[in-house]
Amino acid sequence: MKSEQQYIELYGEISNLIKQKSCDVMNKVRDAAFASFEKVGFPSKKVERYKYTDVDAYFAPNYGVSFNTLEVKPSKYIFRLAESPIDLSAYYNTIADNNDGITALNTAIAHDALVIYVPRNTKAEDPIQVDNWLRGNTSTMVNRRVLVILEQGAEATIIMNDHAEDKQRFLTTQVMEIFCKDNSHLDIYEIEETTPLCSRFSNVYINVERDCTVKHNSITLYNGQTRNLCDVVLKGENSEVTLNGCAIAGGSQRIDNNTLIDHRVPNCTSNELYKYVVDDKSVGAFAGKILVEKDAQKTVSHETNSNLCASADARMFTQPMLEIYADDVKCAHGSTVGVMDETALFYMRQRGVPEEEARMLLKNAFMGQVIDQIQLQPLRDKLFVKVEKRFRGELEKCDDCRLCK
Amino acid sequence: MLEIKNLHATVNGKEILKGIDLTINDGEIHALMGTNGAGKSTLSNVIVGNPAYEVTEGSITFNGKDLLAMKPEERAHEGIFMSFQTPIEIPGVSMTNFMRAAVNARRQAKGEEPLKSTDFLKIMREKRKLVEIDQKLMNRSVNEGFSGGEKKRNEIFQMAMLEPTFCILDETDSGLDVDALRIVAEGFNKLRTSETSAMVITHYQRLLDYIKPDIVHVLIDGKIVKTGGPDLALKIENEGFDWIKAEISL
Repeated sequence: MKSEQQYIELYGEISNLIKQKSCDVMNKVRDAAFASFEKVGFPSKKVERYKYTDVDAYFAPNYGVSFNTLEVKPSKYIFRLAESPIDLSAYYNTIADNNDGITALNTAIAHDALVIYVPRNTKAEDPIQVDNWLRGNTSTMVNRRVLVILEQGAEATIIMNDHAEDKQRFLTTQVMEIFCKDNSHLDIYEIEETTPLCSRFSNVYINVERDCTVKHNSITLYNGQTRNLCDVVLKGENSEVTLNGCAIAGGSQRIDNNTLIDHRVPNCTSNELYKYVVDDKSVGAFAGKILVEKDAQKTVSHETNSNLCASADARMFTQPMLEIYADDVKCAHGSTVGVMDETALFYMRQRGVPEEEARMLLKNAFMGQVIDQIQLQPLRDKLFVKVEKRFRGELEKCDDCRLCK
Repeated sequence: MLEIKNLHATVNGKEILKGIDLTINDGEIHALMGTNGAGKSTLSNVIVGNPAYEVTEGSITFNGKDLLAMKPEERAHEGIFMSFQTPIEIPGVSMTNFMRAAVNARRQAKGEEPLKSTDFLKIMREKRKLVEIDQKLMNRSVNEGFSGGEKKRNEIFQMAMLEPTFCILDETDSGLDVDALRIVAEGFNKLRTSETSAMVITHYQRLLDYIKPDIVHVLIDGKIVKTGGPDLALKIENEGFDWIKAEISL
C-alpha cells in the first residue's frame, strides 16, 4: 500500500468533521481537491520537480493529524479565513496548483487559513511577524494554509518563523498563496529553525501584477527534511522579483528548494540567489527555472546558485534552468559547487586560528553574501548572529524560542 | 631556538628537500638564498606545517619541542610566523575579525582571557600605525582588493599583532617597489626584539641591505651547500650561483 492510502481513508472518516469546523470558501473547493489528490497521489521521484525528494517516505509514517484551530492574536492585518470580514473566494485556492499532490492534500484537509490582508494604499509600518510553534504529545501532522493579499499600492514586510519542540516528530504541509496587486511592495521572510525530527513540505505561489517589488527570502537554519517550492508568476509589467535563499544543512539533514519564475509579460526583472552550505552527510538540492514566455520581451533575469560542500560525504544537486521564448531579453544563470578553500584554511591556521574556527569563519563568510541582501536591518543583524551560531553548532536549541526555555 | 636535522620532504610524491641541517639561535637572522626550485619555499612551508608538504625523514625542534608533531595553529601559538610569498585573499572575512580570532586563539592557548573588544581595537590601532597601513584596509575582507604592496605590508601588520619569536619572510621583497620594500623592512626591524630570530628568503641583496643577516645559506637542489657571512650574499648578487655549483661540482 502506498502512503497516500492512509490519507484517503482519513479523509473518508473525517471530511464531515473538517467541513463543520471550516468555512464555505474552503469547503467549496475541498472535495474537488481531494479528488485530485486521489488521482495524482504523492509525487514520485519520476516527477521532474520532485526528483530529489522521496515524498512517499516522509508521508508513510502514521502521524496524528492536528485540527487545532489557529491561535491568532487579533491584529490589524491578520485574521482567520473562517472569520474573514470580507469575501476571499476570489483569492482562496485560485493560484495553488492542485495537480501537485501535496497542495491537493493540503486543500482537502486544511480547515482554516491564516490571512494577511493589507488594504489599498496602506503601508504596514511595522513588520508583520508570524511565529509558528510546533508542539504536541505525539507525532503530529500539521497542515497550514496561508493567504497573503496586498491590495493596490499596499506595502508590507512579513516574517514567518517556524519553530518546533524537540522531542516529537512533526510533518508539516504548507500552502501559501500570495497576491501582489498593482504597485504593491512585499518583503517576506520564511525562517525555519526546527529540529532533525521535522519534515516540511511548503508550496508557495506568488502572483505579481504591475509595478510591484516582491522579495521572497527562504532561510533554512536548522531542520530535518525540508522541501520548499516557490512559484512566481509575473503578470503585470515593470515588476521586480527577488528570490533569496540561505540553506544550511549538517548531520543527515536534507534541504530541497525548487523555484519557478514565470515571466509572462514584458519589462520585468527577476533576481535569484540561493546559497547552500552542506556538511557532514547532509544533502542539498536546488532546482530553479526561469521561464520567459514569448510576449515577455525586455525581460532581465539573473539566477545564481552557489554551494559549499564542507565535507566529503555531503551531497549537493544543482539545476539552474533558463527557458526562453522571447528574442529580446537579458538572462543569465549559473551555479557552482565548491569545497573549502584549503589555502585560505592554512593561511588562517598559520596565524593561530584553530582549524574548526577557520572552517566556521569560511562557511560564515560564504553565507554572508545572502544575509547581506536582507533589507530589514534588525533581522539582518539577528541572522548574522544566528548563522554564526548555527555553524558553531549552538543552534540546536533555538535561542529565542518560548518552547525551549 | 630552531634545530633542523636531516630533513627530507616531498610534495605530491616528489622529493624536494634532501637532507637539510640548520640551527638558528635566539636573536639570529639567517638569509636563505638559492636558485628557483631549490626548495626554499618548501623548507618554510614544512616549518609552519603546511599539510600539502610531507616530511619523510628528519626532525625539527623548536625551543626543545617536537615541531613536526604539532598542528599549524599550535606552531603559530609557539611563536612561529610566516610572511607568505603570496598572501591569500579570504572574501567575506574582515581583517578585524580575522585578527581577533587569531589573537584570541593564541591567548587562549597561553591560558589567557580573550581581549575585550575595546582593548583589541586599541592594539589594532597602535600596530597599524607602526607598520603604516591604512585603516580602510582593516574593514575589508582579508587581502581582497589589496595591491601587491598592501598585501605584503599586511603580512608585517599581522606579525606586529601576533608578536612572534621566529619569523619566516618568504620572498617578502617580491613585487615590491623600493619605497614599499623599505617600509616593510623597517616595520620588521621595529618589531624585532633581541630574542627574535628570522629566516629571510630572498633572491636579492636589496632586502638584506635593510634586514642585515648574521648568516647566509645557499640552498641548491634540496640541500644547503654553502654557509657564510653577509658577504656571501653580496658575492651572489654580483656573480650568481654558478661558482658555487662549480665548487660542489654539480
